[in-house]
Amino acid sequence: MFWKIEVFDQPGIFDAVGAGVEKDILDLGIDSVKKVSFIQVYHIEGAISRCELEKICAELLADRISQDYRIADEKKQSSPKGGFIVEVAYNPGVMDPVEDSTLKAIRDLGIGGVTSVKTAKRYLLKGDLDESQLKTISEKLLCNKLIQHVVKLPACRTGRQVTRHKSQELGYKFSLVIVDLLEASDKRLLEISSQGQLFLNVIEMGRIKDYFVRLGRNPADCELETIAQTWSEHCGHKTFRGKIEYKEIIGSQVHKVITHKRIPAPPMASGTRAQGKTLKIDNLLKSTIMKVTKELNKPWCVSVFKDNSGVIEFDEKHNVCFKVETHNHPSALEPFGGANTGIGGVIRDPMGTGLGAKPFLNTDVFCFAPPDYPFAKLPKGTLHPKRIAKGVVSGVRDYGNKMGIPTVNGAVLFHEGFVGNPLVYCGTAGIMPKDKSFKLTSAGELIVVVGGRTGRDGIHGATFSSGELTHESETVSSGAVQIGDPIQEKKMLDTLLQARDLGLYTAITDCGAGGLSSAVGEMAQELGCRVDLEKVPLKYKGLSYTEIWISESQERMTISVKKEKLTRLLKIFKAENVEATVIGEFTDTKRLQLFYHNHLVCDLDMKFLHEGLPKTEKKAVYTQPEHREPAIPFKKDLTAPLKKLLGRYDICSKEWVVRQYDHEVQGGTMLKPMVGVVNDGPSDAAIVKPVLDSRKAVIVSNGINFRYGFIDPYWMAASCIDEALRQIIAVGGSLEKVALLDNFCWGNPDKPDRLGSLVRASYGCYDIAKAFGVPFISGKDSLYNEYAVHGKSQAIPGTILISAISVMEDAGKAVSMYAKNPGDLIYIVGATAEELGGSHYYGLFGSIGNQVPRVDPKRALPVFRALSRLSQAGLIRAMHDCSEGGLAVAAAEMAFSGGLGMDLFLSEVPYEPRQKARNDFVLFSESNSRFIVEIDGSARKEFEKSLKGIAHGLIGCVSGGSGFKILGLDKEICVQTDINDLKESWQAPLRW
Amino acid sequence: MRPKVCILRTAGTNCDKETAFAFQQAGAQPELVHVNKLISREKTLSDYQIFVLPGGFSYGDDIAAGKILANELRCKLNRSLKEFIAAGKLIIGICNGFQVLVKSGFLPGNDALEQEASLIINDCGSFRDEWVYLKSQVKCVWAKDLPAEIYLPIAHGEGKFVVRDNQVLARLKKNNQIVFKYRNNPNGSLEDIAGICDLTGRILGLMPHPERHIDILQHPRWEKTAGKKIGHGFLIIKNGVDYARNNLRR
Repeated sequence: MFWKIEVFDQPGIFDAVGAGVEKDILDLGIDSVKKVSFIQVYHIEGAISRCELEKICAELLADRISQDYRIADEKKQSSPKGGFIVEVAYNPGVMDPVEDSTLKAIRDLGIGGVTSVKTAKRYLLKGDLDESQLKTISEKLLCNKLIQHVVKLPACRTGRQVTRHKSQELGYKFSLVIVDLLEASDKRLLEISSQGQLFLNVIEMGRIKDYFVRLGRNPADCELETIAQTWSEHCGHKTFRGKIEYKEIIGSQVHKVITHKRIPAPPMASGTRAQGKTLKIDNLLKSTIMKVTKELNKPWCVSVFKDNSGVIEFDEKHNVCFKVETHNHPSALEPFGGANTGIGGVIRDPMGTGLGAKPFLNTDVFCFAPPDYPFAKLPKGTLHPKRIAKGVVSGVRDYGNKMGIPTVNGAVLFHEGFVGNPLVYCGTAGIMPKDKSFKLTSAGELIVVVGGRTGRDGIHGATFSSGELTHESETVSSGAVQIGDPIQEKKMLDTLLQARDLGLYTAITDCGAGGLSSAVGEMAQELGCRVDLEKVPLKYKGLSYTEIWISESQERMTISVKKEKLTRLLKIFKAENVEATVIGEFTDTKRLQLFYHNHLVCDLDMKFLHEGLPKTEKKAVYTQPEHREPAIPFKKDLTAPLKKLLGRYDICSKEWVVRQYDHEVQGGTMLKPMVGVVNDGPSDAAIVKPVLDSRKAVIVSNGINFRYGFIDPYWMAASCIDEALRQIIAVGGSLEKVALLDNFCWGNPDKPDRLGSLVRASYGCYDIAKAFGVPFISGKDSLYNEYAVHGKSQAIPGTILISAISVMEDAGKAVSMYAKNPGDLIYIVGATAEELGGSHYYGLFGSIGNQVPRVDPKRALPVFRALSRLSQAGLIRAMHDCSEGGLAVAAAEMAFSGGLGMDLFLSEVPYEPRQKARNDFVLFSESNSRFIVEIDGSARKEFEKSLKGIAHGLIGCVSGGSGFKILGLDKEICVQTDINDLKESWQAPLRW
Repeated sequence: MRPKVCILRTAGTNCDKETAFAFQQAGAQPELVHVNKLISREKTLSDYQIFVLPGGFSYGDDIAAGKILANELRCKLNRSLKEFIAAGKLIIGICNGFQVLVKSGFLPGNDALEQEASLIINDCGSFRDEWVYLKSQVKCVWAKDLPAEIYLPIAHGEGKFVVRDNQVLARLKKNNQIVFKYRNNPNGSLEDIAGICDLTGRILGLMPHPERHIDILQHPRWEKTAGKKIGHGFLIIKNGVDYARNNLRR
């Protein structure tokens, strides 16, 4: 039998879900919906009596205090007066996240006959709507057709819909698919690549053909897919590891020297760049990012660029690891699912590092188009940025919170350039015992897959991320979108850590992009393996051997287990309802051999698979842009611009996002993302104590500012490193033990201009990180971030995210950013230059400018070190780094977060004007390596003594009231307002 | 003697370790026990003096927060729980644990274990993490000698306390079962209710997380706490442990 049950709120109970949808409909620009009511729908299938059904409804599905239920009757089904019904259900084959647990609960009730539970969401919309408005609400808001569909009503005839759910259960009949490569022309090779979504170029396809010519046979589809996955940009980092011919063009001339001395001269030369017209780079990663690490050779770097995340030493007993990943393309198509599985995926990186680390913090950084972007301007096939933003935030919230990992730090930025392709960076840090930090598989060990089952979801994710988005992406690549199941991952984590501590496995890695093909392929790289694909547990029947092998179904990890430990291992998983299955064995054949019911479906040489990828050869040209210098009228009163800056989407309060994340689970979060006298000010970096009975802590921070990249990606990278580091200093940390992650999101690297700016940014990373003495330990690149606008491909703004992790000896030495006491002195430390290029102040006038903030490590290092010593000595009451919006924004944030006023005077700011000194430039310049510091008056002597030789100025004091006043260079008032007004300007824009 | 504490785990539990840490700091001997082990009788509830339902998303909060675990307790562990309670032992449910206790009928509590209250979606419609001031009200074992106002974080999406009818509310008031009230209601709870106990005062359920305010460094403005070392949450946990040590036999 088949039943449909509707669960809804009792009269008088506030329908919070419905109210949320009402708000979202207003965001769509539709104001005629008066009320939305939400109804949860369950489809229950099975041989149960009416009485049993009533019991399920009354005791389980409906909350008897606040809800009622109705067992649906088709005859009574009609649209409410003056209203509409929209019912949204999951597509066949998409996992219903509620099914398993609900079935379990029904069994707990003692009812055994239920075979299937599916859910749907129904919305009753009251108000006047025309057909197209209803369609907009259904398609743009309530339903994402990649995973859901709108149910045609009335269609709930008892016993009828069963076939729909069953359709996916069709069996699969084995037949080996052979691809004819041997006879294929170059044209045909490219066709095979594009039809199979392999995203391989003709040289790569040719190399594969040569391999099979040597073997004297054609490949099976599965072999081709395996190679494509392993060689994808996503897994192989072809661009960064390939060859690049790079040149720079300044003005109209080809620049003949690559050193940056000529392009507005950087303060240092890396000394590594040869003279000549073009620079030939063999492996950009090794020439820049990894080179820093190698040259610095820090003894506390435990494992870098090898494992699933970078590992550094934490204390005598533990190491910590950190990784940031992106999930941009999936989030563009299905924001909730994309971000959900993005955070789910990066959590598995620490879990798959060494023998498995316990994740203890998450970070997230997003770039969206502005939330007020006009609907009419949206490129075809793209979702509105506000919808994307809300979906992404919900996706991260859902997964992070349910995993019980605090999301402690992040950033949200906005620019029109992200309209078709948002950026979703998710990061996770983990902690593990020192003796569990390395893995070693040997031949004869069993391959065990743990966690979720394998389905058709996420097929071609790795190769999909290696291509550009088009308006057809959502139809062509719908398989690339997955749905996460955080509880599955949590169960897996709980049990894996038990097995790890008992020493029951020797290696672990996660099934991320490329699924089993890359997980097993990687683990067996030095050995060889044999896998019996039919042993992989499936969500439903019908998957081909190739689909099983490359599916990117979430929540799966692969481990290597010695035969004698298998029984004990399996017992641990079974005890907590986690599936673990032996699917094969590591061998010493140096071959990847896959079988499906004893049919050999893949037999590849490991060496060819992992080393056969031909080095790509790409051209890169960096052309220095020339922007118009804005002529900004001189204004005496700068209060209004300050308020406008505080209200810029990038600068304003992200409390709406932050509050939705559990940032305190696990009990270790010390310096929280929102701080202040009423906990609503913007904290610089987060401090987390991963070991509860120790005061030792980890600091994490993020530096990102794509606007500087519009002027010069070199200085963008430099500024991002400076920002990440100065946030660590601002919260009381030091540069003693800081490690960085790089994360490049760029356009198509096959286009020389895109690659040119990428190369230039990489050199920025090398020079500045090296000069600061901070190594990179891991990183990620997401290239091909382009989307079609009216048939023309558009790249996102090339964006680098620098994430920093640092070990702090004593969390008790932390410093927060909000003003503490009336009468305290306010200093600025670090010099202010006239660097407004890419600033938000120029942004107010629609300009970019050319004077981008630079970084001079020789001047910055003494600043960082001195402030670090001072906070260790307990002399600093509050400290905030100057970043977007400059010193005025930083000081305002400190004041209103502390609920205290400030009196400041600009004449004491160490400032180097290029031409005529201007108040607005001093206030809003975004020069790097600067801090606003609050100290007690009694500490003045010692404080100033410590800053000898360092640019600093006593620029004012904390006042008792709520006034915020700044005297300009001419000693006349240039800003005068109330902290509550400033706070309102800062809080209003994203108060969703 | 260190009282033995059973901290219940299941799929989706995620505050178990810091809760165990809090009980350990307070002088107890905590043990993380998976619900399967209690059902299979590999572990026995009667071996413990305190039963803790920690925070998290048991079974993903599918259907409704805490619902599936509540159902499991009712169907599978009903008897051992009743015996545990009858033996005068202590129970605390934090956040998801409170949702479980309410939805399984152990709070506010009646002989038939009939559900009389619930915790439903916050009025704001979404999950919220923030620190709240709580007024503590009565002589619940766990709330003994607390300061007039305490400071703890909440982190939940379904924490709005509601009751079946006015009689339930009147009874809660009359019997002094309302233990904590929010100073500023964050979720729309009836009468600002943040936590309640049963008639005996030995079973406490609350939405805020005491285990997240054990050490003063967890306080959002620790710099301004003038040399204090202990967080308010510790006092709650310690009350339970002290009571168990003084009144319950191991």
